[in-house]
Amino acid sequence: MIAEGNVPAFVQAPHLHRPFTVANIRADNHRTRTLVFCEHLPAQPGQFVMAWLPGVGEKPFSLAAAEPLALTVAAVGPFSRAMHRLSVGDRVWVRGPLGRGFQVSQGNILLVGGGYGVAPLLFLAREAIATGCTVEACIGAGSAEDVLLAGDFENAGAAVRITTKDGSLGRRGLVTLAAEAAIAANRPTMVYACGPVSMLEAIEELCARHDLPRQMSWEAHIRCGMGLCGSCELPVPESGSNHDRPAGPHGSGWLVCLDGPVSFSGWE
Amino acid sequence: MSQVDLTCRLLDLRLRNPVVLASGVIGTSAALLKRAAEAGAGAVTAKSCGPVSRSGYPNPIALDWGGGLINAVGLTNPGAEEEARLLAKARAMLAPLGVPLIASIFGGTVKEFAQVARTVAAAQPHLIEVNISCPNVDDEFGTPFAGTPQDAAAVTTAVKDVVDIPITVKLAPNVPHIGRIATAVVEAGADALTAINTMPGMIISPEAGCPVLSNRMGGISGPALKPIALRCVYDIARTVRVPIIGTGGVTTGRDAAEMLMAGATAVGVGSAVWYRGVAALGEIRKELAMFMTSEGYKTLEEIRGMAHQ
Repeated sequence: MIAEGNVPAFVQAPHLHRPFTVANIRADNHRTRTLVFCEHLPAQPGQFVMAWLPGVGEKPFSLAAAEPLALTVAAVGPFSRAMHRLSVGDRVWVRGPLGRGFQVSQGNILLVGGGYGVAPLLFLAREAIATGCTVEACIGAGSAEDVLLAGDFENAGAAVRITTKDGSLGRRGLVTLAAEAAIAANRPTMVYACGPVSMLEAIEELCARHDLPRQMSWEAHIRCGMGLCGSCELPVPESGSNHDRPAGPHGSGWLVCLDGPVSFSGWE
Repeated sequence: MSQVDLTCRLLDLRLRNPVVLASGVIGTSAALLKRAAEAGAGAVTAKSCGPVSRSGYPNPIALDWGGGLINAVGLTNPGAEEEARLLAKARAMLAPLGVPLIASIFGGTVKEFAQVARTVAAAQPHLIEVNISCPNVDDEFGTPFAGTPQDAAAVTTAVKDVVDIPITVKLAPNVPHIGRIATAVVEAGADALTAINTMPGMIISPEAGCPVLSNRMGGISGPALKPIALRCVYDIARTVRVPIIGTGGVTTGRDAAEMLMAGATAVGVGSAVWYRGVAALGEIRKELAMFMTSEGYKTLEEIRGMAHQ
């Protein structure tokens, strides 16, 4: 963005999209690429941006890195396929960072990522290791070809446990199994999780059972990204037992874009 | 601050304070309406619903462009039948808090307005807002009914014919004489007026060379809308004698005081939720009380319509 001196801050509209230029593109697995941009976007791990491709649409992405900005994109729909067609030098319009990210804690921390949920956890792992944390990462995927960023976690200095549903790489089963084994082997000071809602609910239950503090990043249908339209309200689980709790990850009226995407339980 | 009385009569309703959650902002579920009430709103308005469900427009649907917001959500709603269930649930959840519930309806034709009004009335909301002024669906529904006195009155009459619940008609700012629209609507039976809806506008990304919203145009809200809303409320208040829910750009307690002084009975708050979070509803109430204390006012009656003197 061209800086304009002597112009009031609100006229410069800091919340509007700004163009970011693709600096390099890396294939992470058969359907996932990381776009690294030329520009920095100071942000916390776990925060997200709205990425706009004019004429195509706008979608939320959690940050894979901030300085410079990197977004890990799985080709799952028309927008993400358009993101995959971008070349070095192309631009993506970005607004953000938005939402409440992870808080980096001390000691030995456990990260649990399912599917594409591992991308923001890699950003977190790098920040946590830089501040002296010991990091163990459990990465879950459908099969070997879907495993994402495992080598990056190792290069960052994290210990890695892999699970795949079909057993084609690492332990067979859900990532919850690996998390349970990791907790039994070395009780973490904090658990961080990102992935599908069913995985997060299982990790929430596991942490509650072990009385572990946790921070979890939730997915929802984000539209305005500004806490206004209500589209990203997290559904209350079927049991409804926590229905009357004030806004919380399982409580009522929790907006992923405004209150999250990261929820905090078992501490504060 | 204890000497200040913020209670407010809106028709037969007693509001604990004049701050009303405006339609279109977080009014999409019973839980979120309850959250707005818990944050401090004196009444809450659900998001507008029409005869059938609509998913709304693709992203981008909303932006903060600096001086305010712009949105074209596209009247996302679950349809009147489902909305009636949502409203019934919300009403039950709001009852212990003593916070009235305002339903909001739209239609593509006069007949549809009546049909939707009848359906949502089954949930017994305390008031029905008749949204004749959404600026974002011209392509599908034609010029908003708020554009002419005749159209505005026709919708009002049709809705009044089918419901016993009081109605407030939501007016558009982009008309030559809002007072004339207000007069027509009140003569047709409107119990109250909500003024104003958003102002049509557009934001273009100069680097991309195209409008940012997928709908190209949207409704301007937030601070940029406040002076426009104040002028409209002022004009309406000197033309008709029904309560006005003054809405448009209210972000602080001082803004709320201005709206009351222009002649509003209650004050709608929407975009402030982006600037200040859901807590804005309670903060604005507190700031209004602080303002009144520091200026020596004890009741809302003392400042209501003051700017007309």
